[in-house]
Amino acid sequence: MIDTLRLTAEEAKRLLEAREISGAELFAAYAERDDDLHAYLCRCDDPGGEGIPIAIKDVIGTKGVPTTAGSKILESYVPVFDSTVAASCKEHGLRLLGKTNTDEFAMGSSTENSAFGPTHNPWDPERVPGGSGGGSAAAVSAGLAPWALGSDTGGSIKQPSALCGNVGLRPTYGTVSRYGVVAFASSLDQVGPVAKNVRDCAWLYSIISGRDENDSTTVEVPPVELPTAQDLRGVRIGVPKEMNDAEGIEPGVSAAVGKAIELAESLGAEVGECSLPRSVEYGVACYYLVAPAEASSNLARYDGARYGLRSDGADFREMVMNTRHDGFGDEPKRRIMIGTYALSSGYYDAYYGTAQRVRTVIRREHADVFERFDLIVSPTSPTVAFKLGEKVGNPLAMYLNDLLTIPSCMAGLPGLNVPCGLSEGLPVGLQLVGPQFAENLLFRVGHALEQALAFDVVPERLR
Amino acid sequence: MAGISKDEVLHVARLARLELSDDEVTTFQGQLSDILAAVSKVSELDLADVPPTAHPLEIANAWAEDEPRDSLPLDEVFANAPDRDDDQFRVPPA
Repeated sequence: MIDTLRLTAEEAKRLLEAREISGAELFAAYAERDDDLHAYLCRCDDPGGEGIPIAIKDVIGTKGVPTTAGSKILESYVPVFDSTVAASCKEHGLRLLGKTNTDEFAMGSSTENSAFGPTHNPWDPERVPGGSGGGSAAAVSAGLAPWALGSDTGGSIKQPSALCGNVGLRPTYGTVSRYGVVAFASSLDQVGPVAKNVRDCAWLYSIISGRDENDSTTVEVPPVELPTAQDLRGVRIGVPKEMNDAEGIEPGVSAAVGKAIELAESLGAEVGECSLPRSVEYGVACYYLVAPAEASSNLARYDGARYGLRSDGADFREMVMNTRHDGFGDEPKRRIMIGTYALSSGYYDAYYGTAQRVRTVIRREHADVFERFDLIVSPTSPTVAFKLGEKVGNPLAMYLNDLLTIPSCMAGLPGLNVPCGLSEGLPVGLQLVGPQFAENLLFRVGHALEQALAFDVVPERLR
Repeated sequence: MAGISKDEVLHVARLARLELSDDEVTTFQGQLSDILAAVSKVSELDLADVPPTAHPLEIANAWAEDEPRDSLPLDEVFANAPDRDDDQFRVPPA
């Protein structure tokens, strides 16, 4: 009997190599599990082979397998080529279990913006799994996949991992190819791994990262080291006070993160306070100008002419306008309009131009902190998983979920979520952020903390 | 930020090629006003000497070799097309 709730990819590999299980048995163990959380938008047949199964977020193009980005406008879209990351997974023998649910075009923090209905949190099905990558995070925590790929623009890997109690990495911008990935905000989008533990997360990152000639924003990546160290001697950890005392952080979240920081100190880390005042105060405003501006440009391609939905119209312009009316849900419409407004004549300097300058301020503030510290820590999300429907009527309240994940995204920095405890019976996520290309350090620290914390990643109701 | 008027919502929607129903115009007018008021916060900072960031990496001139390569076969190019006329996408008249 394969326990998909606990089996790590590393252990699965060992079992396969020792021929204790077959590839077909392993795939079937996941594929036959009931998806009552709606983590998947579609599930795939076993392509055969002895590789480890994987789930992939539905914004990531997969040849011959529908890729909808959670949108009606792409409901019928079946890519004729693989994204570079999907091709890398295939080259490593990974077998696609299915495509996971996402907020439409990855725009959201709860997966409730999916045109195909929300995903439910494995710890409490009445709550959201986070977003936009709620499907990937829920699949990993509910034993529906050993690991998964997500994508992160302002927190869409880290925040769902926090709310579902697993490990998610948003890599340094430029380390993972975006070729063949449905574009949201191109200067922010990054694909990354979701896993049950830090070593699996690091291993999957090593599979998908690296320079890709089809994505000119990618760079050479330092070799990935699977973490082994149990201690944190010599590691300088900064605790940005604004990210740990921010208004809206729940007391139970603060308590769990505070305990994890004390634990880091007991493992030998040097812990000190630091400050990112403007990154926290202006990060969300900056993000909700830059990301919608880029989105309004990226989503201009959905015109009903070449692929995707087409609605009727008497002439070309009417067809395009009707297609976009019928195909986009409310959140993409809001962001397209905010972005179009921010880029429009007379407003460009005041909104988009100013936000780009604030982005420089955020980058510089982080660079200053990393003069004194190797990495910084905070809660990933100010709250534990909230109830489905609780925030859908108030887009602005939903945006504030991203308060703590956004600043490092704006600066292009890597961030790792590690589960660090429970509050009200729900997982709390610890966010580790380092300078560019510091993934190996994040893995080392995340792994040591994970061992010491001994957090049980299996949702209590499924044990 | 005084908010955004109905006419401005319609103007932006037209620029973005979005048809909106009357109900949507009303809903979005309120929501977009709230969001714009919140994001206007960026104007509080003194940014006189701060250059803009368009991209988080210091990459310049990432050239690719200019080598001809085969494109996709036409049947794959048109595999997702709503309407096709031989080797062209068919759309309503402009």
